[in-house]
Amino acid sequence: MPRGRWFWLAAPALLLIGAVFLVPVGWLLLRSLSDPRWGLQNYAAVFAHPVYLRVFWNTIVIAGSVTALCLLIGYPVAYTMAHAGERGRRFLVFVILIPFWTSLLVRTYAWLVLLQQNGLVNRVLVDSGLVAAPLQLVYNRLGVLIGMVQVQLPFMVLPLYAVLSRIHPRYGQAAATLGAPPVAEFRRVYLPLSLPGVFTGCALVFITSLGYYITPALLGGRQDLMIAQLILIQIGDFGNWGLAAALAIILLFGAAVTLALFYRILAARQRPLR
Amino acid sequence: MKKPRALTPWRALRLAVCGLVAAMMLAPLAIVLTLSFSAAPFLTFPPPGFSLQWYAKFFADPVWMATLRTSVMVMIPSSLCASALGTAAAIALSRVRFRGASLLIGLLMAPLVVPVIITAAAIFGAFRVWGLYGTVTGLILAHTVLTIPFVLSTTLASLRMVDRTLESAALTLGATPWRSFWRVIFPLILPGVLSGLLFALVISFDELTVSLFISTPTVRPITVQMWSDVRGSVDPTITAIATSLFLFTLVVMLAETLVSRRARGRRPPLAALGF
Repeated sequence: MPRGRWFWLAAPALLLIGAVFLVPVGWLLLRSLSDPRWGLQNYAAVFAHPVYLRVFWNTIVIAGSVTALCLLIGYPVAYTMAHAGERGRRFLVFVILIPFWTSLLVRTYAWLVLLQQNGLVNRVLVDSGLVAAPLQLVYNRLGVLIGMVQVQLPFMVLPLYAVLSRIHPRYGQAAATLGAPPVAEFRRVYLPLSLPGVFTGCALVFITSLGYYITPALLGGRQDLMIAQLILIQIGDFGNWGLAAALAIILLFGAAVTLALFYRILAARQRPLR
Repeated sequence: MKKPRALTPWRALRLAVCGLVAAMMLAPLAIVLTLSFSAAPFLTFPPPGFSLQWYAKFFADPVWMATLRTSVMVMIPSSLCASALGTAAAIALSRVRFRGASLLIGLLMAPLVVPVIITAAAIFGAFRVWGLYGTVTGLILAHTVLTIPFVLSTTLASLRMVDRTLESAALTLGATPWRSFWRVIFPLILPGVLSGLLFALVISFDELTVSLFISTPTVRPITVQMWSDVRGSVDPTITAIATSLFLFTLVVMLAETLVSRRARGRRPPLAALGF
């Protein structure tokens, strides 16, 4: 059987993706340029209004903070997962994956219950005398960060773990034998070897964080409006398709540029090692 | 021989972070599970006693039951469609060798990578024009597109492990290409296909953002109903629903673990996500 004939098996899936994903996204692009009339006025409106720019800035800052926090917490966890004994590794895989199997909404809702004014965390803090009055832990930036870090952490830990578990301990031993103190050994040997995992994890977390809707809408305050919420408001409340489409296309463009940038850095770093 | 491990600062830091992460990942879940059995008439922790009142309320409420039915009516056809289309595409793309093949794989994986709000807004706009907005068919189509990436990656992973000489052997022994595929290759990739199907079931059942855009009060999946409920008031019934949803996901994912364990060779956890 000629190989080309197998290709037709992919046609139904490609047709469906084309019709239900590519065409709608293309239509969104068209809409951003033509609604209410042809031209770049929707894009001009986005860049002319400080409110919209502020929301973009919020989105980038929140996605960046979530990425940084995930890396800070996720690196030691992935390291322990990669180099701990079998039992420790299994426990950590369980801890990382179990929440992954629960719906985003359920987890976000649980944070709402835990972090509210008279929630469990505040009660423990007040009863133990650590704070005098309940802290505002939710409906602000802190709530958004806690909720999003919990949701995104597996996407940082899993690619990191995949890379760290392949780093042979002999590299470290060689460095130690050659007289490197532990800090230098980590900084000069282990860390550079782990960078592909760091980049993959950061790219994944940052890009998906840009489009978050559920968690910031539920745990954030008025100051923490992210781009996804703005898009929904523009469509749902104002029926302003042109502007909403322009916002979505700018977001898509930003995500694509970020991805390309991460790939570039990764490729540039890997070349000398080959 | 095992070295006795000293508690270096780095090791102490790692243990502390791991403990913190364990608490952070498991605490919300534990709270919801406990509260769903609470006897109190409102959300309070620790609960004064235990009862099944919230489960009774959930299963007696016609609105919750109707939305649950919608979710199941969307989940089953969409995950079956995604499995069929995703498997066929995986087989095709693992066999053709041309420069566009990886581009096509990327295209099929795109709904997983593109920020979901973009997919949601785009599908909403198109479905309104095409008359699919607020229909079960529309939800099925959208969920199929969102779950194809999972089936595609699990099936591609299994296909990579299949020894191609087996197929040549079947062909040499006189089997038609079609027959050699169904009798030799398909049984070998079946665990990958099944694991993709199970992922698709869970993803569809839990999907919220896209459904939020394309559903109406009459055709509404349970997650969208939960969303509007959570935003309105804090009714403890939601903890019972959340726990039921969690149990469903847990059962499906345990089935997935069993399926992938029976597959030849070890797969890393979450191969469906490409790790």
